[in-house]
Formats: sequence, structure tokens, C-alpha cells
Amino acid sequence: MRHIVSILLENEAGALSRVAGLFSARGYNIESLTVAPTEDASLSRMTIVTRGSDEVLEQITKQLNKLVDVVKVVDLSESAHVERELMLIKVRASGKDRDEMKRMADIFRGRIVDVTESIYVIELTGSSSKLDSFIAALDSSLIVETVRTGVSGIGRGDRILKV
Amino acid sequence: MMISGAEIVIRCLQEEKVEYVFGYPGGSVLHIYDAFFKQEQVQHILVRHEQAAVHAADAYSRSSKKVGVALVTSGPGVTNTVTGIATAYMDSVPMVVITGQVPTAYIGQDAFQECDTVGITRPCVKHNFLVKDVKDLAITLKKAFHIAATGRPGPVVVDIPKDITAQMCEFEYPKTIQMRSYNPVVKGHLGQIRKAVQLLQDAKRPILYTGGGIILSNAAEKLTQLAHRLGFPVTNTLMGLGGFPATDRQFVGMLGMHGTYEANMAMQYADVIIAIGARFDDRVIGNPEHFGEQPRKIVHIDVDPSSISKRVRVDVPIVGNIPEVLDEMLRLTEADFKVQPAVAEWWKQIEEWRGRQCLNYRQGERIMPQFVVEKLYEVTGGNAFVTSDVGQHQMFAAQYYKFDQPRRWINSGGLGTMGVGLPYAMGVLFANPGAQVACVTGEGSIQMCIQELSTARQFNLPIKIINLNNGYLGMVRQWQEMFYNNRYSESYVTSLPDFVKLAEAYGHVGIRIEKPEDVVPALEKAFTEHKDDLVFMDFIIDPTANVFPMVAAGKGLTEMILAEDL
Repeated sequence: MRHIVSILLENEAGALSRVAGLFSARGYNIESLTVAPTEDASLSRMTIVTRGSDEVLEQITKQLNKLVDVVKVVDLSESAHVERELMLIKVRASGKDRDEMKRMADIFRGRIVDVTESIYVIELTGSSSKLDSFIAALDSSLIVETVRTGVSGIGRGDRILKV
Repeated sequence: MMISGAEIVIRCLQEEKVEYVFGYPGGSVLHIYDAFFKQEQVQHILVRHEQAAVHAADAYSRSSKKVGVALVTSGPGVTNTVTGIATAYMDSVPMVVITGQVPTAYIGQDAFQECDTVGITRPCVKHNFLVKDVKDLAITLKKAFHIAATGRPGPVVVDIPKDITAQMCEFEYPKTIQMRSYNPVVKGHLGQIRKAVQLLQDAKRPILYTGGGIILSNAAEKLTQLAHRLGFPVTNTLMGLGGFPATDRQFVGMLGMHGTYEANMAMQYADVIIAIGARFDDRVIGNPEHFGEQPRKIVHIDVDPSSISKRVRVDVPIVGNIPEVLDEMLRLTEADFKVQPAVAEWWKQIEEWRGRQCLNYRQGERIMPQFVVEKLYEVTGGNAFVTSDVGQHQMFAAQYYKFDQPRRWINSGGLGTMGVGLPYAMGVLFANPGAQVACVTGEGSIQMCIQELSTARQFNLPIKIINLNNGYLGMVRQWQEMFYNNRYSESYVTSLPDFVKLAEAYGHVGIRIEKPEDVVPALEKAFTEHKDDLVFMDFIIDPTANVFPMVAAGKGLTEMILAEDL
């Protein structure tokens, strides 16, 4: 099962490698990992998308909590949450494809953020599956380059992850 | 007053009441060594190889209740410590390892004797630090000692660049430390403890299964008290030996791969298992599927939540410091507490299993290793500290030396590191001066840290080395005999040194023992006449002796091979 693990950790050199090292050492998989400082610059917030049974997730959570730099860990996918991923995708946009690309971007509520004679860069935000769908909807021969941030997530309503 | 970073390191050690630092100097730690020179409170023990420094610090901790400290230089100094650090990490030993690093400005430049210490040690430490500012030095060391000793203990590495040790700073050692990201659980959940006590009351075939956590948390007395009140059988893991008196009638022996028949049978067929400070390791429960076939309830008490339900699903998890949880259990079983009458039947069954006398062996013309350990037990009155290396001799020591007290059995259980025995014995003697210390080893293991015979000479450490010499890497040979159709690939040790002459060359006493009747006189001589000497006893033993009972890898706990089967 897919899980989204949110981690609050000390914003210190090496903290990221402690988390990444834990996943590789214990054979847990990482589908995506994002990290950046929070409003409190001494803390970073990390979102990891991983797959595993409930037992594996229990171990991941416990092992993460054991890391001295980790302050708090939450499995967001346990209850209502919002998840978003940002993608920048560079596509060929010339001739008849130019209008088609613009239309596709509009349909998926993407924005064209860079334009040349033959290229568009489209910015798209949404769930990972929405980004997947967008890629699938395009003629793959027109895709030049893609970059995705990986998922960031936050609990809905009163579910708060804070020190 | 401003003092140098190097002096700050020493002052921190003094504040932590550190008596001994085991180490080896080098370029990056010269300032620190200079600061050592100018004081007398903290004594430095010069070893002959950095690995031994860490092993000695580790055993110093295991055989006392203190944090062990090691100090090494950057680069190869650090990489040599990695085995020692990983050994301590696997057995949860509190230790602080201070490592020199190249000057801050050189880091990342592939400088002479540079290595990424924090990166290399990260997977085998509880935590590690790189000190980047002399102002952080004291607080970092404070944190290191705090983290090493609290919660589930473990080694902490503090990497200090050389320029930091030269810089000047005001010294203030924090009295206490608060870390928002590190708050180990202390008290167990009362509701869970109540549930556990109810299970104790309902149990018809109970067993107390206890591990190294009992020793590490100094809970042996409380465990013994609880076990006596309950009257349940007790089994110890390899790491837990001494946590409950081995000579007690309730003790059914060590369990696991080379555990006793009665311990393994009782563990498998118990209806309630109370696991305390143990982790259902693969060497302990054998095949987890086979183990899981029996319906039973499991209570698991451990300070580390990640040890619970890791390999075996647990019914009543209790996260907490073991002595405090045991206190609570003792309180709850004080009055109106009765165990099931069926427990008497269970004991009958256990006695029947015990009747198999699975540790019997025959002492023939050649010296049997079991016989040597039994005699060692008798000659030392069961009071010695016994360190061991890894292999057959380790299992013989665990099976035949009956440990009645905690912190007397010092071995590498988790990582299984050959070569620890001699440096372990050194660490034990520094923590327990005047104690009887025996290092049970083999001709393979002892050669992995043999250079420490020199350290033992320098510091007059009267270690008694019991070398069970069968000319084979015995445990490897045993597996090859049993599972590889006698193909003894690379397990025969040729060109062995003359250990007697070797011991003498280092300035010690060496004795070779080849006949069974000479075993006791040699041991007696070593522990009386040569009480104050290091004595290297080279016992030429029966090379065919194997360790039984044995649960082969991947087999179930009850699928034991017994000596009588062969």
C-alpha cells in the first residue's frame, strides 16, 4: 500500500542522509522524497512516499522516530489529507501541436511559463496521478523533458504536525 | 577564562567523571593528546590498534555501569574503529568515540588522513556529530554522553576537526540537557502492564524470556525477584546471561541456536511468553514461521519501540525502562496474586525435557572444550568475568560457565566480532581492577587482536587467556561438516604460532596443555601462582568437538540436533 510519511526534523547538516540511509539500510523503498525548511528555520519538513504493508509502515515510523534528529513522524495517508506535486514539463509546440498543447494545458489547469518558437514549458500542480494522466494524455514524442518535485502533503482540518 | 578546544575536550571528560580513555594518537588529535599530558585526572590507555581501543572501551562499559570512551585520529584511525563501533551498536553499549578530523578548511579536499567520519559511521552509531564551531564543543560532548547512556544505549561518535581543538573559547559545561527531538520513554503504560499481569495470572505454560536489556538497564535483581514470586521458568538469550542466576532451579538455560533442549522446547510450547529486553533475534527463535505456528500470547517489554513486533507479532507491547516496568509489575503482583495450578504440570513437562541432559559430553583421551570451561568455572568459583571471542568456544563458554551475576559475561552477541576477547578482557580489568578475568578464545579469534598482548604487558593486566586450540575455525568447520558434506574449505588454520613462545615474547607466561589431567593443575597455577601475570593457556583440544544442541539455520526451534542423535 502507498503511504505518505511526513517528518519534522532538525534542520541540520546530515539529517537528510540519516533518513535516506535508514531507508536504504533497512530495504524500505522511497517513491519520492521532498524536504525544505519550515516557517521555523531550525526545522525541516520532509514528505516521503513509500510502499509497504502495515507492518513495514509501523517499523518505518518507529525507526524514523529513533533517529535523534527526527522530532515527529506522521503517516498522512492514515486519514484525510491534501497532497500536491509540481511538475515542469517541456514540450515541442510548433505547427499544429502548438494549439493542441495550449488546449491540453488549459484542460489540466496547467500554466505555460516559458515560450519559444518551438517549445513550451508547462507548470502543472496536483496529485501525482493527475500529473501521470497529463503525461499519458500527451503525444510522448512531443515531451522533451520533465521534472517533478515529488509529493508534499498536509493533513486536513485539525490534524497538525508541529513541535 | 579562555581555554583551547583540546582543553575543553579534557574538561568535558573530567566533568563526566571519565576515568579511562582508550586511544591511539595521530596528527589530527595532537592538540588533544597535548592537553592529556598536562593533567592527571583522566588516564589514557594506549592500545596497539584502534579497533582494540573501541573494544576495550566497550567492555569497560559492559562490565561496569559507565560510558566507555575511545579517542582516535582521523582517516585510518577512524576506519579502524568501525568494527568496534558496529559491535557496540549491535549490542547497545553506551560509548563515546572521539575522532580527530582534518582542519575545517581541508574537509572535502581529500586531505591527508581525511575520511568522511560522520558518513562512514552513520549506519552503526546511535548518533554522530561533526563539531564545526569551538563554541559548540562542550554542549556537543554533553549531548553525546547523554544520548549514549539514555534510552536504548549505544555508541555516539564526535568528530572534531583539528583547528577546532586549537581555537580558544570560554568553557562552561551544561549541567543538564534538553533536546526536543530526543526524549526516550521511561515509564511503561500502566494499562498495558495491568494486561500483562492478567496474562501472568492466566498462564498455564508461561516462560520468562529475557535478554541483554536486563543487563543494560541493571534490572537483574528485579527480574530475579519477580521470577521467584511467579515461580515461572526463565531462559536467557546469549546477551542476557547473568540477568538471572544460572544456578537457580528456575533457570532452564540459554535458548536459541545452541540453547538447551528444555529452554527451546519451553519457549516453543509456552502459552504465555514474557519477553523482557530481548528481540526475538534469528539466532533465538529460529524459523519465524515455525515459531509462529504455536498459538500463544506474547508480552514484550522494551525501551525501544522498534524492537517490538519487528520479527514476531506481540500481543501486549510495553515500551518503557525495564526496571520501572518491573517495579510496577512487582507492585501489582504483591497481593491477591495467584498463578494457575496448571503451572505445576508445566514444570513436570520441563523437568522431563531437562532429563534429556542435552549438555552431556564424554571426556575421553583428548581434552574436550566443554571440560575446560567446566573446570574454569570450578577453579574460579563461578566468580570470574569471562570474555569471549566468536565461534565454538563462545558457545561452550555460554553453555558451561554458569553466570549468576550480570555484567560478568562479555561477548559480541549481535555483530559476532572475532577478535574482541583480548581487548574486552583489558576493558574489564580497567573497570574492575583486581577481578579474575578469563578470555575464552580460539586460535583463530585470538590472532585477530593478538597485538594487544603488548598493551596488557604495559599496563600489567593479569588476563587469563583460555585458548581452545583445535587447529580449525571450529564453528565454520562444524557447519561444513554438517551442511557441506565435510568439505573443509579454508577452515583449517595452518602455520599456527607457538603460542607459549609468543606469550613469552610479549613478556607473559605461556602454558601448553595437551592432556585432560593437566587441565585443572594448569588453571589452578594460572589463577594462584600466576595470579598477577597474564597467562596464555594453549589447550590443545579434540578437533572433532561440536556445539550441541543445534538448531540449523532456517529450522524451527524444536528441530534441534542433539549430541545423542549422532
